[in-house]
Amino acid sequence: MLASDEDILGQAEAWLRAGKGVALATVIETWGSAPRPVGSHLAITEDGHFLGSVSGGCVEGDVVTEALDCIADGKTRMLEFGVADETAWRSGLSCGGRIRVYVEKVSS
Amino acid sequence: MKRALLEQLNAARQERRAAVLVTALESGDQRLVTPDMLGTDLLGDEIDAALRAGKSRLVEQEGKSFFLTVQVPPVRLVVIGAVHISQALAPMAKLAGFDMVIVDPRTAFATPERFPDVQVIAEWPETVLPPMKIDRYTAICCFTHDPKIDDPALEQALRAQCFYVGALGSRKTHAKRVERLEAKGFTPDDIARIRAPIGLDIGAVTPTEIAVSVLGEVILALRKKPLRMETPA
Repeated sequence: MLASDEDILGQAEAWLRAGKGVALATVIETWGSAPRPVGSHLAITEDGHFLGSVSGGCVEGDVVTEALDCIADGKTRMLEFGVADETAWRSGLSCGGRIRVYVEKVSS
Repeated sequence: MKRALLEQLNAARQERRAAVLVTALESGDQRLVTPDMLGTDLLGDEIDAALRAGKSRLVEQEGKSFFLTVQVPPVRLVVIGAVHISQALAPMAKLAGFDMVIVDPRTAFATPERFPDVQVIAEWPETVLPPMKIDRYTAICCFTHDPKIDDPALEQALRAQCFYVGALGSRKTHAKRVERLEAKGFTPDDIARIRAPIGLDIGAVTPTEIAVSVLGEVILALRKKPLRMETPA
C-alpha cells in the first residue's frame, strides 16, 4: 500500500513507542523538476527501516545513511542533492532537479 | 523534533484538526501552531496562507528560515440526494481530490448501480451525519428539494461550521427554507452561510454543468475562506 505523509508520521511515532531510535527527513525546498513535493517525509529507524520518500528513489540511500548518523549524534542535518555531476561524491537526481532535505532526530 | 510534538501532530490529524509544525532551520527550535494561535504567532500571516493553500513551505523572516509542515484534514464532500447532479458530481469530485459520500434515504435513488465509484448511504441525514462527525473541513450539498431530507442536513451543517453549505432550489424555495430555519432558531448570519441558489453563476443548464458550478463554488469556499476564524476544538 502506498504510504501517505500522514502514515509516515504515525509510523515514526509507533517506532518510537517500540523503543527504536527514529529520524525524520523532510523535503524543504525544490528547484526544477523535483520528484517529490516540499513537505514529503521519510522516516528512518536506527536499524535501517524506512517509510516514505524524498525523491523517486534516487537519493533515499544517502538520506538513510545520514539519518543513521543523525540518530547516533542527535544533530540535525541539511542535505542538498542535485544532478549527479554537481555532487559527484553522492547520488544525484537524474531528473535534473535539486532538492534540500532537512534531517532531524525525534528525541525519545 | 521532540517526541511530544510528533504525538501532538499525529493526534491533531486523527481528530481532523489543522496544525502547523514550525521549524527554525538555523536553531532547530520547533513549535506547533494551531489556527486559534494565528493572531499571536510571529509568523501568523505566513502560517495562515500556508494553511489555506494546504501545503508545507519554507518562509523567511528577518533573515531567518523557517519550515512550515502543514497538516490539514482531508476535505470531505457530503452530498444529500442520490440524484442526477450527484451522478455527474461524483467523478469530478474524485478527480479534484475530495472524499465524497452520498446520503439519501430513498433506496430507489441510492443504489450502487447508479454510483459505481462512490460511497452511497441509504439512510436519513439525521442518522448518518452525527457519527460521521462533519466539521469545518466538510462541505455539504443538499440536492433533494425535499425539506424532510435536506433541512436536517442543513441544520447540522450550520452547527458544525462546515466550510461550505449549499442547497439546490429556486429563490422562492429558498425563501420558504429560510422561514423554516428561522423558526428553528437559526440567526440571519447562520442562514446567510447557505449558498442558495447553489453553485457559481456560470449559466449552468444540464446536471453536469450544475455539478461543475457547485464544485467550483466548493473550491472557492475552501481556498478563499480565512481559517483565522477557527476556534479551539
